[in-house]
Amino acid sequence: MPSDKRRRLLLGLAFASPWLLGFALLIGGPILASAVYSLTDFNLFQEPNFVGLANYREMLGDERFWKSLANTAWLTAIGVPLSLVLSLGCAMLLNLPVRGQPLFRAVVYLPTILPIVVTTYVWRWLMNAQYGYVNEVAGWIGLEGPAWLEDPSWTKPAILLMGAWGIGSSSVVYLAALRDVPREYYEAAKVDGAGAWSRFRRITLPMITPVTLFQLVTGVIAYLQIFTQPFLLAQTRLNPTGGGPDDSMLSYSMYLFQNAFVYLKMGYASAMAWVLFVGTLAITAVIVLSARRWVHYGLR
Amino acid sequence: MASAEALARSRRTVPVRRRRGVTWARGYTGLAVMTAAFLLPFAIMVATSFKSPQEVFQFPPRLLPERYVLDNYGEATSVMPFWRYLGNTLTLCAVTVLGSVLSCPLVAYSLAKLQWRGRGVVFFLVVATMMLPPQVTLIPVYLVWNKLGLAGTYLPLVLPSFLGTPFFIFLLRQFLVNLPDELLEAARIDGASEWGIYWRLVLPLTRPALITVAVFQFVWTWTDFLSPLIYLNDTSQFTLSVGLYNFFSEHGVAWGPLMAACVMFAAPALVIFVLGQRYFVDGIATSGLK
Repeated sequence: MPSDKRRRLLLGLAFASPWLLGFALLIGGPILASAVYSLTDFNLFQEPNFVGLANYREMLGDERFWKSLANTAWLTAIGVPLSLVLSLGCAMLLNLPVRGQPLFRAVVYLPTILPIVVTTYVWRWLMNAQYGYVNEVAGWIGLEGPAWLEDPSWTKPAILLMGAWGIGSSSVVYLAALRDVPREYYEAAKVDGAGAWSRFRRITLPMITPVTLFQLVTGVIAYLQIFTQPFLLAQTRLNPTGGGPDDSMLSYSMYLFQNAFVYLKMGYASAMAWVLFVGTLAITAVIVLSARRWVHYGLR
Repeated sequence: MASAEALARSRRTVPVRRRRGVTWARGYTGLAVMTAAFLLPFAIMVATSFKSPQEVFQFPPRLLPERYVLDNYGEATSVMPFWRYLGNTLTLCAVTVLGSVLSCPLVAYSLAKLQWRGRGVVFFLVVATMMLPPQVTLIPVYLVWNKLGLAGTYLPLVLPSFLGTPFFIFLLRQFLVNLPDELLEAARIDGASEWGIYWRLVLPLTRPALITVAVFQFVWTWTDFLSPLIYLNDTSQFTLSVGLYNFFSEHGVAWGPLMAACVMFAAPALVIFVLGQRYFVDGIATSGLK
């Protein structure tokens, strides 16, 4: 019997071995290694030099570090709720019982398939202050559009505007959730005389809270590590260490990247990676713990 | 999540109930506005790519070109080595798709159908790492490749796919769990080897989920920006994602050619999407992966 157990263990491990190896080499090992590197001064060319907690102390006095943190917090705090509301709105439109829905669904999902580089360059063109279409459309409804990518107070809204175009996958996830809500609930509520708004408030919203929790967690994680969009929006040929006008687009991950691959401060960048890791973990934990108060499970 | 089934189920039975005319009209208005908002950027990208330089910088901007010109497409392929970058990108896509399709179902099968001690722990780790920000491991993984002298080659970009991707392992595991155990037992009683069961019985049955994995891996590699940015130094190795940078110069941005390059770069991903739409939607609805 024990030999059968051992045989099954070996068999299971053998089949799982590619990922076990991958975990050791690409995830588990590197996480530990980065903890060690974060305590060193290391520029790729000389041997790492142990400096204790100096990197962490340096962060406290580093203005660009705080700026990047503030930018990222701004984007997360506004971007996540905004994309949740928009994707739920789109999902509800996609859930209406009308003809042609598969086509509409495809249209909403389409932008998420584009290479992020294409998305960002197209939006750089759309938000161009002089020739841009976004401001042209704004003009139709009597608004004067800002210089999206040049005015420091408008660069972050520009990132969110572009992000709103990419809510397709969240919408599809919400759509699946909406279709899981039993129809009888709505019918029963209707019989009791509940209006459309109160059906939405009292049935739809509570019933999809497990999915909202999931989207909230993945959305927060995605925004906390946002890199490519601000990086490409701020990109200029002459200035590889840029962060947009007045560093207004410098996200945490952009600054981490610059420290690692432009300034070659691998130790400092590793310390920043650890702060990001622990911070993300803490925020995720808070969200998951709060779930007990607002997520409804197993009503069925 | 059982939502994939629900989605599939309700897709078949969406009632084309015409309630009251008002709701119906309001619904279509909402859908029309939404569709326009999502499609307009595509339309502008394509339209700009066919405009002459004078028209590109015309003010106020017009949507459609007065005269369609193909110059931008010619320039897009000469400002940067477009065909070479396309070839590089396609090569990376082919190899990573192969890697994922070979490695992920092995691990998923072990986690779904084999009974062994520690399986729960490994599955937990798979799910936990799905949530891990890649920035955390970025630098040490780079340092390992750098130490091995392999930064600057394609290996750091393709090898990880042969070691399994948590999202795909999770997706395939959810799929395989539903496979009846009796099927595997019957094969075992008939004397099939464990490998034979996997290769001849399990793998063919996994085909629909494997296509989802292949389609996602293709699009991920096709659109990836961060890894080529970090690992590739030699411009001749660049992928399209990092190559498009060539349209930025000290004199400004060549918008016409850049939009033409964007169209050509976006087209294959869109074609894959149209052909495999079903697999995308099922994949997302099952696992929430994006």
